[in-house]
Amino acid sequence: MNTDTADATHIKHEHPSDAKYVQIALLLAAITAAEVATYFVDVGPILIPALMVMMVVKFFYVAAWFMHLKFDSVVFTRFFVTGLILATAVYCIALTVFEFWSKG
Amino acid sequence: MARIRPRNPLARERWLPLSSEAHAAHDTTTGISNNKLLMWVFLGSECLLFGGLISAYLVNRSRFHTGPAPGDIFDIPFTSVSSFVLLMSSLTMVLALSALQRGDIRNNRIWLLTTALLGSLFIGGQVYEFTSFLREGLGYTTSPFSSAFFTLTGFHGIHVSVGIVMLMSLAISSYRGTLTQKNAETVEIVGLYWHFVDVVWIFIFTVIYLVPSPTS
Amino acid sequence: MSESVAELTSGTGAALPLGAYSRPKGGGGWRDWVTTVDHKKIGILYGATALFFFGIGGLEALLIRLQLATPNGTVVGADLYNQIYTMHGVTMVFLVIMPMAAAFANYLLPLQIGARDVAFPRLNALSFWIFLAGGLFLNCAWLVGDAPDGGWFAYAPNTGVTFSPGHGMDFYAIGLQIAGIASLISAMNLIVTVLNMRAPGMTLFKMPVFTWMILVVQFLLLFAVPVITVALFLLMFDRNFGANFFNPEMGADPLLWQHLFWIFGHPEVYILVLPSFGIVSEVIPTFSRKPIFGYEFMVFSGIAIGFLGWGVWAHHMFVSGIGPISVGAFTLSTMFIAVPTGVKILNWMATMWGGKIRLNSAMLFATGVVSMFTIGGLSGVTHSLSPSDTQQTDTYYIVAHFHYVIFGGALLGFFAGFYFWWPKVFGHKLGETLGKWNFWLMIVGFNMTFGPMHILGLNGMSRRIDTYSPGFGFEFWNLFATLGVFVIAFGVMCFVANVILSARRARGLPPEPPDPWDARSPEWFSPNPTPVHNFDEVLEVSSLDEFWHRKWTTDEDGKVVRRATAAEVCHTGDAVGVHLPSPSYWPVVLAAGLPLIGFGLLYNLWICVPGTLMVLGSIYAWVFEPPDDPDGPFGEGHGHGEDPAEEPPGEREVASVE
Repeated sequence: MNTDTADATHIKHEHPSDAKYVQIALLLAAITAAEVATYFVDVGPILIPALMVMMVVKFFYVAAWFMHLKFDSVVFTRFFVTGLILATAVYCIALTVFEFWSKG
Repeated sequence: MARIRPRNPLARERWLPLSSEAHAAHDTTTGISNNKLLMWVFLGSECLLFGGLISAYLVNRSRFHTGPAPGDIFDIPFTSVSSFVLLMSSLTMVLALSALQRGDIRNNRIWLLTTALLGSLFIGGQVYEFTSFLREGLGYTTSPFSSAFFTLTGFHGIHVSVGIVMLMSLAISSYRGTLTQKNAETVEIVGLYWHFVDVVWIFIFTVIYLVPSPTS
Repeated sequence: MSESVAELTSGTGAALPLGAYSRPKGGGGWRDWVTTVDHKKIGILYGATALFFFGIGGLEALLIRLQLATPNGTVVGADLYNQIYTMHGVTMVFLVIMPMAAAFANYLLPLQIGARDVAFPRLNALSFWIFLAGGLFLNCAWLVGDAPDGGWFAYAPNTGVTFSPGHGMDFYAIGLQIAGIASLISAMNLIVTVLNMRAPGMTLFKMPVFTWMILVVQFLLLFAVPVITVALFLLMFDRNFGANFFNPEMGADPLLWQHLFWIFGHPEVYILVLPSFGIVSEVIPTFSRKPIFGYEFMVFSGIAIGFLGWGVWAHHMFVSGIGPISVGAFTLSTMFIAVPTGVKILNWMATMWGGKIRLNSAMLFATGVVSMFTIGGLSGVTHSLSPSDTQQTDTYYIVAHFHYVIFGGALLGFFAGFYFWWPKVFGHKLGETLGKWNFWLMIVGFNMTFGPMHILGLNGMSRRIDTYSPGFGFEFWNLFATLGVFVIAFGVMCFVANVILSARRARGLPPEPPDPWDARSPEWFSPNPTPVHNFDEVLEVSSLDEFWHRKWTTDEDGKVVRRATAAEVCHTGDAVGVHLPSPSYWPVVLAAGLPLIGFGLLYNLWICVPGTLMVLGSIYAWVFEPPDDPDGPFGEGHGHGEDPAEEPPGEREVASVE
């Protein structure tokens, strides 16, 4: 077992530096601050789309950088995204049948 | 017949948790490690679990004929602080991993403990939130809304608590000297779980707390 | 063996908190079976347990049919009837069909991909023991006289404490959660195995169809089990902790249960039938001496079924008041899903067309699947149209449909698999004469019982009723159906007799020579019965049906000509020094803790404490137990057949041997 040599199938692992991680964390903190600000400031009808966008952006950064998906095998991303999309689709359909979008 | 006996009963390097003696990445058909793939497969299924709990909440969030309404009882500023704490714990988690990948055992331990501490602060915040809701008349059985809310956040809290237990186990292994650079993948896998739990909270915080809730 | 147990309790490192204990040694006897991590033994355990539960579920079926044989039946009262038909459904679905599929998957999947075992052998053992724990826990309900009685589908609010005050539904909720954990763990294990442990050269599109179908099933399990887990948790919280998820008096919508259950429930029916589709896809080509027609279509249709199966669940809820738009949408999606299944049926028939058919027992059962499932599929298509379903739902027409697809599809497929793979597992074939009696009695009896139910249903006989009044015209066919059950029972007895007599006949004789059927897929490389180390050397795979192509080739005229005999191609099974994963105590200990937690939730929370300690303690012991003993009879597991002689000594860093 060649534990030391990286052969052709070995995925090249880039690792972001600690400074980069802190940068991402600051970005996440800033987005969170913006999200919380919507509680205090009335932004009108763009509230829910804005919250959704910010949520997805935070989700993406944690998954891509902290969970290393950006640098790892695409197989991992496929599993995670499949689960996400399936859950979102199935449960959104169920909520639709409950008339959630119109009646809340 | 040959029997396993440790070289030295007091030797600390005997038991290697999980990853180092498991199949290394380049032994496998895809080139990725079995253990890591297992965790990602598991996280894929967890999406369906939390999706179900979140949907059960959303369907019930306006059903509060008895007891307080979500819009009346949520304390957004307080929950924002605890959400921020959990978010930062993801940073400390990834710093712990990065330290161990460099072979820096001491900092790995420090960041692991910090992550566990931040997670515990989050749980503490949850406990405070739940007890104050209780005092304000929102119990588990008060209404469909209350049952759904406490079940969803309770499940999430249990997941965080399990994560804290895993982090503390890693920290103890680190003190015993059995968590070394070649075990970095174990920390990575625990980290994946931790980040997932954080990501679920990102979702819950937005959809349950920040999106305006019905009031009575 | 006893020395390992003694070491466990008083080993050299007993003073240390994390102990210095050894892995069990294996080597035969009941302790070997209890601590095994060998996928083949685990497969056999699953199969034997599933057959045991099949007997129980069959008895329950017999009682149902005896009660319904005549109008105003008095065999069982209404309350007991509800328990019997609920447990019949729960047992057959969760404790027979699913674990039987797991039996085939566990035994065959590593062999079909050329691996030595699965990716996580201890998790594999854990899955079995947890399944057994869940099945026994569920059936404990009978012992306390309070079995679940809300139907296998357990609709709320009928299953809440108001209308189901006893412990029955608690056994249901907790028992199925336990069984669900087993399925989920197994799914994760097999997915990693298929992705990561294939033999060199075996790309995904060179895997046998059976392996593909199992892979699709594992994905379905992976994503569906969490949904029913949520449903069961909510039911448990409603019943035991006063939650209000399904309580209409507090303003909740009980339909939430139906959605969650059927979002699981529909993928579940594909989980039930796809493994048998995979079995049939191995048996038919072998006994037609032709490759499977349209391999890529078989694979893609399986994937399509797995994918589309997520979008159809509310066809089980057409009359529950979800409204015309939802009903219309789900009608459309349900009609679509008939297409990939139809592709499979046509491909099986096309495989047989022009082939040299050997109609032995395995092939008979496989053709039984094709024909019976087609009937069940056709009635399914009539259900997909909501106008007709509105008449059919909650009648015996539905009962006919799902028995045709589950019994006619899944169960007959398993019997085909028994006859096909019995020599591989046990080293001798099952008898052909008894096999044919087995088949014909089962298929005739099955059609006698469930065929008339189409008529009964369309004539208005309601399902889930303990009796019916005379004068509706139901008498004749109900009696006929009950007679059919006895014919099925005789057929099953032929199988049991076949198992026993074949084993007896084979005793003392040398095992079956390799490749008794002139088969196609990689599991037949190994001798019969499969040696514990599976293959003597690493399999190098260059095509689908690799085994077949080593024996046969085509000449310039396109004729199939022999290239090598089976004896030349097959392994002899006498490789030595092969390292295998070591056995372990912890899977069975962990699994035993779960029913204790269950009983604690039911009767006294203090019982949860030892259960939880067993679970937590086992997890820690598992994580920290020594890796495989490299010098013992079982060594470091290299799941994909690396040459053990190449392993450098530096790898055995953990423990030295005295």
